Amino acid sequence: MRKRSLIPIIYIIFLMLPIYWLIAMSFKTTNEILSGFSLFPQTFTWDNYVTIFTDPSWYWSYVNSIIYVSINTVLSICVALPAAYAFSRYRFLGDKTLFFWLLTNRMAPAAVFVLPFFQLYSAVGLFDTHIAVALAHCLFNIPLAVWILEGFMSGVPKELDETAYVDGYSFPRFFITIFLPAIKAGVGVAAFFCFMFSWVELLLAKNLTSVDAKPIAAEMTKTASSAGYELGLLAAAGTLTIIPGAIVVYFVRNYIAKGFALGRV
Amino acid sequence: MKTQNQRAWFFVLPVLLLVAFNALIPMMTVVNYSVQETFGNNVFFWEGLRWFEELLNSDRFHAALGRQFLFTGIILAIEIPLGIIIALSMPRQGFWVPVCLVLMALPMLIPWNVVGAMWNIFALPDIGLLGYLMNTTLGIDYDMTQDPFAAWATIITMDVWHWTSLVVLLSYAGLVSIPDAYYQAAKIDGASSWSVFRYIQLPKMKQVLTIAILLRFMDSFNIYTEVFVMTGGGPGNSTTFLSIDLVKIALGQFDLGPAAAMSLIYFAITLLVSWLFYTLMTKDDGK
Repeated sequence: MRKRSLIPIIYIIFLMLPIYWLIAMSFKTTNEILSGFSLFPQTFTWDNYVTIFTDPSWYWSYVNSIIYVSINTVLSICVALPAAYAFSRYRFLGDKTLFFWLLTNRMAPAAVFVLPFFQLYSAVGLFDTHIAVALAHCLFNIPLAVWILEGFMSGVPKELDETAYVDGYSFPRFFITIFLPAIKAGVGVAAFFCFMFSWVELLLAKNLTSVDAKPIAAEMTKTASSAGYELGLLAAAGTLTIIPGAIVVYFVRNYIAKGFALGRV
Repeated sequence: MKTQNQRAWFFVLPVLLLVAFNALIPMMTVVNYSVQETFGNNVFFWEGLRWFEELLNSDRFHAALGRQFLFTGIILAIEIPLGIIIALSMPRQGFWVPVCLVLMALPMLIPWNVVGAMWNIFALPDIGLLGYLMNTTLGIDYDMTQDPFAAWATIITMDVWHWTSLVVLLSYAGLVSIPDAYYQAAKIDGASSWSVFRYIQLPKMKQVLTIAILLRFMDSFNIYTEVFVMTGGGPGNSTTFLSIDLVKIALGQFDLGPAAAMSLIYFAITLLVSWLFYTLMTKDDGK
């Protein structure tokens, strides 16, 4: 048994090494980083973090990222809920085709869409707004949310719906007071995934914004100045981007495995 | 069974509108570009299928496509078995389960350009941890920016680091759903651990593994940000995968026509392979 638990331990150490290195770098001065190898920061410094928290363009880029991620998560869940209900409960003309078509959008390489998206959102006057990025991320988050929610909803017996109608519940009242609480975990997991994929996707986010809604990704390119890379600052900015994900994953820790299985286990 | 109800369309409508806005309009733009030539200023000339013909005969495209398939093949061959092995050796219950799950999920929650930057810093020869270990401790000459083999090895290690946890979490979810009675029955029959895996665990994991393989295929086939940040497609063209080549053509050279034609072929290949995988892996489900 003991030999067996060695595998996950080795794997987790392998996962933590680059993360440790990033965090260690963030507490070093750029001079120390460039002067040679050191496993621990020799001259421990908070300077990199101070730079980020005192420069508005730095901390606003974090706020911008969080704003569009939040809009996207709320929007995706709100429209995905009724759709997932329809897919899990009813048969209707073209349902299978529609479901597959939704999934194909998850397969589209973001690189394909960069230029058309730029033109589309410029044409409708949304370029450089949080809404633009939030809407663009709907392309891959809505299909995913529908997929996950449909899995969880199919696990709820249909008798629940029928009993509620017999008891005289109207559909909206049934949906909000009975059905939603029954799939609470599913909603949490779907929200987590929308948050995650919107947070990690930066190609579209970067190309749909310039100043007002600039995400952290675009801001990070600033660390490459004429004097070379400011590696310490880059590491500090990177470390800060790990924190929101770590907080959110902590809340859904008991459901992530099932969530990755799209509720289908 | 499900009831027939055409009004269900009203429930699907908001999703349909939002996704159509994001998918159909840009896709039509791409189709539009793919048959035209432009010299800027919004002047377009009809080119018919010329870009498609040129692309399908171009060595550059073949090379990028070959690299892409090689990369995705290696990724799947490493991550799927490795993920299953790790999931099998994880504890089933107790305090360590959520700890393991959270730590394992962490790499997936890091923005992709940060993943790239992080591995860049990690692999710097002589001053990065990996680069230092390779060059100084192990004495292997290692520099990702010079040596194509080192670049490939680093990118593959990065992707294994980044995404194996997805396979682990999925397989794990499949494993914990197996009732204890199955294992007890196997024990009574005196089944070896291999036959427990082959006849109990693997069939139970099949559905989640289908999802894992599909997601890993789609995402590794579309990989862009991490590789772009790490190597920029180099050294030379050795790590120029399809998406990197595509962005080079579309945004670097601003050749909209060829880039659009390439987008369509790229998307078609992804769709076709995903559909093949899906059909092959679910064909026994009816039985």
